[in-house]
Amino acid sequence: MNKKQNNASGRLLNFLGENSVPIMFVIIVAICIPISGFSPKFLLNEIITRMGRNVFLILSLLIPIMAGMGLNFGMTLGAMAGEIALIFVSDWQIWGIPGIILAMILSIPISVVMGIMCGKILNASKGREMITSYIISFFTNGLYQLLVLYMMGSIIPIIHSSIKLPRGYGIRQTVGLLNMRQSLDNLLALRIAGVKIPVLTFIIIALMCLVIVWFRRTKLGQDMRAVGQDMEVARDAGIDVERTRIISIVISTVLAGFGMIIYLQNMGDMATYSAHSQIGMFCIAALLVGGASVDRASIGNVFLGVVLFHLMFILAPTAGAKITGDTMIGEYFRVFISYGVITVALVMYETKKRKAKAGMGHLLEAAQREEEKANA
Amino acid sequence: MSDLRNAGTGWQERLVSAYKSFGLPRMIIAGMLVVLLIAAPLVGANFWMQITNVINRFSWNSVLVLAMVPMVHSGCGLNFGLPLGIISGLLGATISLEMGFTGPMSFVMAILIATPFAILFGIGYGWLLNKIKGGEMMIATYVGFSSVSFMCMMWLLLPYRKPDMVWGYAGTGLRTTISLEGYYDQILAKFLQIRIGSLVIPTGSLLFFAFLAFLMWAFLHTKTGTAMTAVGSNPVFAKAAGINVDKMRMLSVVLSTWLAAIGILVYQQGFGFIQLYMAPFNMALPAVSAILIGGASVNKASIANVIIGTILFQGIVTMTPTVMNNAIHMDISEVLRMVVSNGMILYALTRKTEAKS
Repeated sequence: MNKKQNNASGRLLNFLGENSVPIMFVIIVAICIPISGFSPKFLLNEIITRMGRNVFLILSLLIPIMAGMGLNFGMTLGAMAGEIALIFVSDWQIWGIPGIILAMILSIPISVVMGIMCGKILNASKGREMITSYIISFFTNGLYQLLVLYMMGSIIPIIHSSIKLPRGYGIRQTVGLLNMRQSLDNLLALRIAGVKIPVLTFIIIALMCLVIVWFRRTKLGQDMRAVGQDMEVARDAGIDVERTRIISIVISTVLAGFGMIIYLQNMGDMATYSAHSQIGMFCIAALLVGGASVDRASIGNVFLGVVLFHLMFILAPTAGAKITGDTMIGEYFRVFISYGVITVALVMYETKKRKAKAGMGHLLEAAQREEEKANA
Repeated sequence: MSDLRNAGTGWQERLVSAYKSFGLPRMIIAGMLVVLLIAAPLVGANFWMQITNVINRFSWNSVLVLAMVPMVHSGCGLNFGLPLGIISGLLGATISLEMGFTGPMSFVMAILIATPFAILFGIGYGWLLNKIKGGEMMIATYVGFSSVSFMCMMWLLLPYRKPDMVWGYAGTGLRTTISLEGYYDQILAKFLQIRIGSLVIPTGSLLFFAFLAFLMWAFLHTKTGTAMTAVGSNPVFAKAAGINVDKMRMLSVVLSTWLAAIGILVYQQGFGFIQLYMAPFNMALPAVSAILIGGASVNKASIANVIIGTILFQGIVTMTPTVMNNAIHMDISEVLRMVVSNGMILYALTRKTEAKS
């Protein structure tokens, strides 16, 4: 009886330990909701909008995690590809659903090229993928600015002056996507008791989830998991490790490009030079809040993460203002939480990895001792 | 004839070996700086003014770059957590001003007050990095970010009251930039300053850097210093030789954090302002790429790397805007800086390094 109880409490502790981040966020949100004084209808509306906006982007992170490459900070590259495609489409004045589809098609080749570049660099820096992909995103941001701020309009023809800077070349700080705004969300949209549900966007997201589930079972998906488990073993099993890793990054980049287009059509305008700069950080923080770790993430984590993280995002400024009387505190608080969550997740992952390594060492030692005993 | 050929191959070999030890990206950057130096007078910029700017920027940033050295030596990698040290420096600066010190005394007090903070933060940071060996750089980045965003709240909440530091209407919460006029603005730079025409040399700042760099160099040659280098180059061997690996790493992190705190104070005295809130956020990357441009790698760095790297990096950063603006009336310097500095970090990260423990 006693043993059983111990077991149960042990299991509970284990559960709490493994899900400490989501549980902490549930508590934060539970405290903030009454303080902020928002109506449930408003919150539900906001959450559903933000889900439609962000989930696809976060889904793009899952495949590199499967391939053991950690959190892909290089998803920003895909976001930039999506933005470049949107600039062209809005210059050609193709609006609505056709515009979105054309932008998605246009973004594919750009994403693939960037993804291959990113994958190759990451292959040269194995074991340091995350910091490298993080720096790649900065580096590519430089190239992106070179292209958009200096080459568009001077070398690459841009027809409409409405999106050009007054000096004659370069793209304006914001590109209006008014004619495209929420055209994906509004098609087939449902309104239930004042809450708008963008059905088509959700169908696309559901399809994507199915594709990811299916992909895990394909040969390539299995290879990726094998590479993620142990690169050397996978190589011995005849898997082309380098190629598999590049493919996982390319898929992630292409999906991030689509995700960014979905995100921007919901927003309705595009901050040309800053829309992508924070997107990687927020997506990764949301995924981690949902209970994912650097080496394990599921579709469930994505949805839970979006709900909890964005609730915190909506609530923090108002709740912070009500508690301290200063609006800026809440603003800084949510930034701090985003970074803090990523830090904690990274620390937990690294300590777990070291513990596993040490545990392996102990097992090996014990096995050797046994063997020696048997020999003696 | 054969002599000539021999001489030729000897010359070529030497060039190849120089090229190999110097590295292609460094060559390109040095070449770029030379081109800029030649182009500056041609496009109508005052050459000596440009040199003054480069020396000035060098004197502001060199200590921050020096802060990279200890952690690279002990094998903790590039200190992307530099903002943590910068925050201790900011605490020292603001508390020194709050306590009412002025003139040179405010600078000395800022250093003295920043020191315990730097040691305290450094111990915590070092403890964390010892728990996660192998993943230092990514976690360091995020430790820096979280501490900066945490301090954003603290700058608003801490009970600072001095009228020229806090927001005028509320009476609380520090301003985003605080002028150092009357405090330690140019305190080092004005010391023994040399003026020849339009060339101005901030001797005091350079001497201060030289002093710290000498201390660093001397420290690396003491018994503790060599032990630290041993930990960095081969932890297993160092452990076998009876060196406490964790303690050495901790010491290097504390040193690095403290130097970052001093570094930001030196930066402020040159710049003339204390910058708070999100300002320290992106200060790690320029320092990291500067030392890499100077020839350091993820696990090897010397004082010479610091000096060469800071001159090259700051040279490019200060000269490109003027030269580019004068030459083609198009300011692509910001973009260029982004590509060059991050490209340099990427290059270093993709180099093969010795086996880790």
